[in-house]
Amino acid sequence: MLEIQDLRVKYGGIEALKGISLTVEEKRIVTLLGANGAGKSTTIRAVSGIARIFSGAVRFNGHDLRGMPAHLIQRLGLVHVPEGRRIFANLTVRENLVMGAYNNRDLHDLNATMERVFSIFPVLGTRLNQLGGTLSGGEQQMLAVGRALMSKPRLLMMDEPSLGLAPLMVKEVFRVIEEIRSEGVTIFLVEQNANAALRIADRAYVLESGRIVLAGTGAELLDNPRVKEYYLGEAGE
Amino acid sequence: MDTAFVIQQLIFGITLGCLYSLIAIGYTMVYGVIRLINFAHGDLLMVAAYIGFFGIVIYHLPWPVAFGISILLTAALGILIDRGAYKPLRDSPRISALITAIGVSFLLENLGIVIIGGRPKSFPRPSLFEGDLQFDQLILPYLSLWVLGITVMLLTLVLLIVHRTRVGMAMRALSRDFETVRLMGVDVDRVISFTFVLGSSLAAVGGIFWCMKYPAVEPFMGVIPGLKAFVAAVLGGIGSVSGAALGGLLLGLAEVLIVAIQPEWSGYRDAVAFTILIAILLTRPTGIMGEELPK
Repeated sequence: MLEIQDLRVKYGGIEALKGISLTVEEKRIVTLLGANGAGKSTTIRAVSGIARIFSGAVRFNGHDLRGMPAHLIQRLGLVHVPEGRRIFANLTVRENLVMGAYNNRDLHDLNATMERVFSIFPVLGTRLNQLGGTLSGGEQQMLAVGRALMSKPRLLMMDEPSLGLAPLMVKEVFRVIEEIRSEGVTIFLVEQNANAALRIADRAYVLESGRIVLAGTGAELLDNPRVKEYYLGEAGE
Repeated sequence: MDTAFVIQQLIFGITLGCLYSLIAIGYTMVYGVIRLINFAHGDLLMVAAYIGFFGIVIYHLPWPVAFGISILLTAALGILIDRGAYKPLRDSPRISALITAIGVSFLLENLGIVIIGGRPKSFPRPSLFEGDLQFDQLILPYLSLWVLGITVMLLTLVLLIVHRTRVGMAMRALSRDFETVRLMGVDVDRVISFTFVLGSSLAAVGGIFWCMKYPAVEPFMGVIPGLKAFVAAVLGGIGSVSGAALGGLLLGLAEVLIVAIQPEWSGYRDAVAFTILIAILLTRPTGIMGEELPK
């Protein structure tokens, strides 16, 4: 579904991605792990058209994404939930959701999609006229995911959805990710919370200083000594 | 000083204030979306006035047609300025776009001199806007009524667009976060163009009515109204549409009333506006209705 080949991205002369390749298959949860600054966000940002691709190929369902503007990439059903939630603080919850479905002119369909989002995040339905900026961190994360779902994505790319949330909310986020996948949406998840991410992932990659150093199924990587030592915080033998 | 005199001055102040408001709304909308003080905005007034003038005087078009064409072409020029001058600088430091805006302003003014010449031309006032109502000593020009009515109508329209339509929602979202708006599948450049269309059309309407009130069309005629409207937008809280309207009204009233109370100060009329600007920037940079913005 999504294919990244030898992707390089540079920020002002510094190479943030030094040629990574990975594949996201349909209806899977694929996770990309790594420490701060490893290049996880850059990967997602390059795919969604925000960061400029220096070289390499990114293909989504046969479309070449290189050089395609971000708004057209989104319209292909490849939707990016940005790090830090990036809720429109000055818009109401309802307006935030409608922004997610900006190109859907069919009001009937839009309302039906909104109902589906409420079935996943009931709390949003009770806060419709509240400004986005007044929600708690956890609620904002739900709104960020709900907003992305409003466009009926085929592949959802989530950048650190559990960052800065209370432990209970983190659990909820990972539950929701599995629920969204069960509805047929493919998930590409960037996470620092390696433990939780690997438990739900069908496939996982580990990124270190702009290179992919490990790849495997979620279960394989959970058992990998290197992952255990560096990402799961368990001491090696 | 009797009541009639005060009311008379209020009428003049409101009329001037409405003109400032019309122009200030365009300033504030563009600023709200792309965080740029579009110093060429005032010159759109001049362009609109010239197009109206040529339409009526040279091509003998009926005035509604001439004014319509003027508004359309000015709106198109607004898009052109954005696409040609500001869009290439979207990711540059803000100061680059600001300096470019001043450059565009000088360009328009000097093009006016080169192409049309600097001699002021007398703007024709259609008979619909001539004459006035008289109550005792009180004079109520029809033009004042038109200006007030049209300002209220356009302000309402803009507020409806900003708060009740999808593109208006995108404009409000853009004012906080370009990148995330892009991630929503929104063609940001189209939303920005739409903002320029709205702002420039209002400037055109303002310019046409300005010329009916002060009927001298010349290449630098937009400078002072443009700067005053900028002050009005800052006074009301830059980025806020209702704030710009309120700021324009207050500024118009302040100018007229100060001169009415102290006729010997009439030479300092323009100084009033800029004193207000300095005072606002020193004490409350967010203006009357402006909100604190995240960095």
